[in-house]
Amino acid sequence: MPILEVTGLGISFGGLRAVDDLNMTIEKGSLVGLIGPNGAGKTTVFNMLTGVYRPTDGGIRLDGENLIGKKPDEISAAGIARTFQNIRLFSKMTVLDNVKVGLHNHIKYPLFGSLFHAGSYAKKEKEMDEKALEILKVFDLDSNSDLKAANLPYGKQRKLEIARALATAPKLLLLDEPAAGMNPNETAELMETIQLVREKFGVTILLIEHDMKLVSGICEYIYVLNFGRELAQGTPKEVLNNQEVITAYLGE
Amino acid sequence: MKRKLISKKNIISVAIIAVLYILIQVLINGGYLSRQMMSVIIPLCYNVIMAVSLSLIVGVLGELSLGHAAFMSIGAYSSALFTTKFELPEFIALPLALIIGGLCAAALGFIIGIPVLRLKGDYLAIVTLGFGEIIKSIFNFLPITGGSKGLSGIPIYTSYRNFGLVFLITAVIVLLIKNLLDSRHGRVFAAIRDNSIAAQATGIPVGTYKTMAFVIAAFFAGIAGVLYAHNVGILKPGNFDYNMSIEILVMVVLGGMGSIGGSIIAAVILTLLPELLRSFADYRMLLYAIVLIALMLFNNSSLKKKLIEKRQMSRQEKSEKEGE
Amino acid sequence: MDIFSSLAEQLINGLRTGSIYALIALGYTMVYGIAKMINFAHGDIIMVGAYLLFLLGVGKLGLPTPVVILLAIILCAVLGMLIEKIAYKPLRNAPPLAVLITAIGVSYFLQNFVLISMGATPIPFASMIKVPSLTLGTITVSGITLATLVVTFVCMAGLIFFVQRTKTGAAMRAVSEDRGAAELMGINVNKTISLTFAIGSGLAAVAGLLFISQYESLQPTLGALPGIKAFVAAVLGGIGSIPGAIAGGIILGIIESLTKAYISTQLSDAISFSVLVLVLLIRPAGIMGKMKNEKV
Repeated sequence: MPILEVTGLGISFGGLRAVDDLNMTIEKGSLVGLIGPNGAGKTTVFNMLTGVYRPTDGGIRLDGENLIGKKPDEISAAGIARTFQNIRLFSKMTVLDNVKVGLHNHIKYPLFGSLFHAGSYAKKEKEMDEKALEILKVFDLDSNSDLKAANLPYGKQRKLEIARALATAPKLLLLDEPAAGMNPNETAELMETIQLVREKFGVTILLIEHDMKLVSGICEYIYVLNFGRELAQGTPKEVLNNQEVITAYLGE
Repeated sequence: MKRKLISKKNIISVAIIAVLYILIQVLINGGYLSRQMMSVIIPLCYNVIMAVSLSLIVGVLGELSLGHAAFMSIGAYSSALFTTKFELPEFIALPLALIIGGLCAAALGFIIGIPVLRLKGDYLAIVTLGFGEIIKSIFNFLPITGGSKGLSGIPIYTSYRNFGLVFLITAVIVLLIKNLLDSRHGRVFAAIRDNSIAAQATGIPVGTYKTMAFVIAAFFAGIAGVLYAHNVGILKPGNFDYNMSIEILVMVVLGGMGSIGGSIIAAVILTLLPELLRSFADYRMLLYAIVLIALMLFNNSSLKKKLIEKRQMSRQEKSEKEGE
Repeated sequence: MDIFSSLAEQLINGLRTGSIYALIALGYTMVYGIAKMINFAHGDIIMVGAYLLFLLGVGKLGLPTPVVILLAIILCAVLGMLIEKIAYKPLRNAPPLAVLITAIGVSYFLQNFVLISMGATPIPFASMIKVPSLTLGTITVSGITLATLVVTFVCMAGLIFFVQRTKTGAAMRAVSEDRGAAELMGINVNKTISLTFAIGSGLAAVAGLLFISQYESLQPTLGALPGIKAFVAAVLGGIGSIPGAIAGGIILGIIESLTKAYISTQLSDAISFSVLVLVLLIRPAGIMGKMKNEKV
């Protein structure tokens, strides 16, 4: 059963057609790659899926629910979480608090509790701490929980962003170039973590990468984007052998 | 990660408050304070409330507001109208006045919340300044508020004789805001400041929470206004101009953005400073201006960065030695 | 007097006040465009300019009027550059709020410096502009109004020519577009910012001349009100945009004059600010401002 259905998705900025007639069907529990050369429109697709941009035409359905016209926070509530290409952490807050912001809509107490530290405040905060630490542990970040997010090394910042996204209990996780700026060792480790995340959290993952070899290692299915249009789709093997894909990547 | 209602932190805060209270009471009753100093004791309290509540907007939420005095004026006028018109006994009138002042200010905070949803940075700053000036002109215009002659004959409920109560109100407000920062709501305010796009993508309805922060801050500023009105006894719209908003903003910035303790210290110093510099008469404002510029330059200078680095280095060395 | 000529007279009054606002707003907007800061002390440069006109002329030195005006403009320009160098330049990479507070400090400094050296009591200062008034049918336009309109028009035209047509103007536009890139292209950013402050402050001196010719009284706080109004005008027009500042200033002046004449003097500020709030709600970056969206 598909979790995400994208039909005829397109967006124009002024006269520029950034994405055109994109169709995607993503099965529940799968790990799918979205690849393409720089400027192909991959991040624009993410921005449409998460409500940052409103598509000019086409439809987006998550688990059958229409997402067009919804705001980013409503889409998060509907079950899509994301990371950003240029890391966007709550940099002055601690690692733990970053994840706890992700839990905000799931473990609740009223404003009264916040002001007076009374009622269910203590109990719920404890619950949040435990849950956040549990998520951080998956990323080996639990020992850094009191550190300011800005003071984390780069690789760990990327991981923290994924941890925060997972705290919102998403059905679909969008990762925008999670391995950008990492060395091959770190990348290999991250790819393992991503696979672990899928199993442990039972989440469907769509990830952007422009390094094709990387994606083909872990993704079951790949969409290739070029100049805002779908160039090819299929299993990693099919895509890697596609002549058009090779041309788009290597040039004539 | 212990979370108890009576945590160590809370006990310390309560202890500090109690000691402060006793100290000031001894000073007042022992006759150690000059008349001049007695007269700033209550202003000290409402300035602390103003600074701490503005800190919530500027320091924690990260939005620049140049109209905080407007909330104070609404609190002051609405409560003063209530106490002068109804003439209830003080023990009923004052609590009701506090609630009325707070709620009226909060209502204005909600209205200001509307442009806050659409505007950012400098544009928001000028709109908050504009709101302040609009409110001021309206008070100047309305017959019921006495126009530019002002509203007089307000019962004096919050003079230094009532210091205990005013101090208690101030302490409670400071504690409530401190509590708020360490809660799911406070975390969301800080998250919006750090990265509002990420906050929204994390499921936070950014607009709702921004409005909420403005309403809460306005409520407390309104209470400060009630204390003000019933301390001075006469209200003039000119008292709540943008210079006052800026004075409070300076307290928040000098106190170190988002630090409640810092805001309190800055509010106390900046309230006392003009009194202490009174012997310099004309030169005090000039001095104030120079100190302000010098502090801002120092705060952002490479000299300060070097000093901080040095301190961290020596700390590190110390902890390393201890580890051996 | 019939309704038509009274309306026409109010419009001309509004145009006069508005063009002074526009002149000051240009300083705000240019500095904002290039240094990305609200120069809160800008209004006080007007005040310093007015005092200089007094001291150089009838007040102390008794120099001939054209020399007085020229010297006041030059001195204000130098003051603007000096303030930038001492107070703002070290904060170029500091958070915007730190710069704002520093600017407020500079504003307090100027006001209180003048207060100490010149005293708080208003000093009467007769208009330096002596132009005969003009009568068109039933409408009389005062000499000061005529001079104000001509002077502001010349200043604006000169400024637009300078920014659009000269190499230095192009450098200014480049720095305001992207400071980093301009620096890489070999533009001396420090010099450009310095020049912007000089021009803005020079214009403020001109505005000071026009303003004081109308009010004929010197006070250390005289710059605050036109300063704030001009700031509102700059934001109304879209801060950072030169045509925006001009349009914003004139619109604000006319609104103010009409409300003072037909609604209420006391409410005129409230109405001006309400217009600002409404315009910003519809166009969050002002009438001619460009909205910059953060790239995600």
